[in-house]
Amino acid sequence: MCFLLLLVSGVEIVISHPRFYWGETGNANMPYLFKLPIPASRVLVPTGYGYVLEDQNGWGRYLHFQTAWVAVFTGLLYVIFSFFSGHLRDNLLPRRADRSWRAFWSAIAGHLRFERLSADEAWSYNLLQRLTYLIVIFVLFPLVIWTGLAMSPAFVSAFPLTVTILGGQQSARTIHFFVSIFLFLFLLVHIVMICVAGFKNRMRAMITGRAGTEKELA
Amino acid sequence: MNRRKLITTGLAAAAGASGFAIAGGLAKRYGLIPPDAAGPYGPGETLNYAAQRILTRHSMAREFPQSEISNPPFANGKPPKLEAYRKLQAGDFADWKLAVDGMVARPATFSIAELKSQPSRSQITHLACEEGWSYIAKWTGVPLSHVLDAVGILPQAKYVVYFSIDPEWWDSIDMADALHPQTLVAYSMNDGELPPGNGGPLRLRVPRQLGYKNVKYITRLTVTDNLKTFGQGLGSVSPEGGYAWYAGI
Repeated sequence: MCFLLLLVSGVEIVISHPRFYWGETGNANMPYLFKLPIPASRVLVPTGYGYVLEDQNGWGRYLHFQTAWVAVFTGLLYVIFSFFSGHLRDNLLPRRADRSWRAFWSAIAGHLRFERLSADEAWSYNLLQRLTYLIVIFVLFPLVIWTGLAMSPAFVSAFPLTVTILGGQQSARTIHFFVSIFLFLFLLVHIVMICVAGFKNRMRAMITGRAGTEKELA
Repeated sequence: MNRRKLITTGLAAAAGASGFAIAGGLAKRYGLIPPDAAGPYGPGETLNYAAQRILTRHSMAREFPQSEISNPPFANGKPPKLEAYRKLQAGDFADWKLAVDGMVARPATFSIAELKSQPSRSQITHLACEEGWSYIAKWTGVPLSHVLDAVGILPQAKYVVYFSIDPEWWDSIDMADALHPQTLVAYSMNDGELPPGNGGPLRLRVPRQLGYKNVKYITRLTVTDNLKTFGQGLGSVSPEGGYAWYAGI
């Protein structure tokens, strides 16, 4: 939910200036790294389109930051809870036997051959799921928050290193854009997999913690 | 749900509610509630402002070497199509006046020449717009704190409201930003006159906030302890147009 709101409001913000740069600065007088093939909501952005979209950046920004707070609080609760409940150890960190490159490659090969999962794996996440979740939780989410904050002129006045090691404010904006796309792709694949695995059963498992009867799983 | 669960949930809810109430009270006492805190986006806005005020009260905006100045310079927009502005521009802005009033001991009016004769500060800083573009330029002007010292602000002052010659553009900042050493009443950019496209002859530079807080063509500063009496009472035209009052993020 938060994610969709962040995505919608993020898209609104990008429409103000659908050009991306690298370094500290970027504006209509400067060469861009790449631009999105869409019109902008501002007259002064040269997009190649003859018309200007309506400016929706005000509520877009309000909503983006408010949702970011909710997402960060929820995320923190989840991470703290996973540490203390054993969720991290039991379900997210790869099993001891799986902590090798061989296990990693054989899991990939197994997936590519569409092998059926063992009964044991059906009850928890498999190796590739675990690695994906770990990357999303401990790499992509922190990175998207960091690059978001690195665009804030007040935040970087207190913590200048957060933006200088990224190469500048426009670099932070560009990285923020790409990480958001990765997160969006993750969400998309995640939802597709849930639907494939049986939407009702999986949703019930997520919310109540009960995975359903043996019959349904078979 | 059994009894123990009910009690735990009840206690957690009560703790949460009183936690919010205490946080709200503290925020109010330390001036951490922005003027646009009402409405559906109020909670997020209050968290932005309060968190950043706590983290950044005295922090300094990044300053850059000469080589980082954006070339060619960038100007967003054209000067206002106002008769009053055109007349002053025709006279090389010799008659441009900056009035300072409100909660001050000695209300005063300054011409550009008078401002230029005061101690100045130059800094090469980044100006980022909420739209996404940005540029770096060298700004020279009188620190706003110096102007406020000259007129003697009263101890109850909480905000400085500033007005453009364009009647549809005014804004305000809290005293942490107003007295910040990098907040300038800027009259020069890149060692030349401040070009009209960039706000000439006079603009406020608040480098720790986004572009729209850096109001161009300023003619008046009013010191106040209450923003309710200005416009719709939301602190600036930005919230009236759907934008946040605090633009440090």
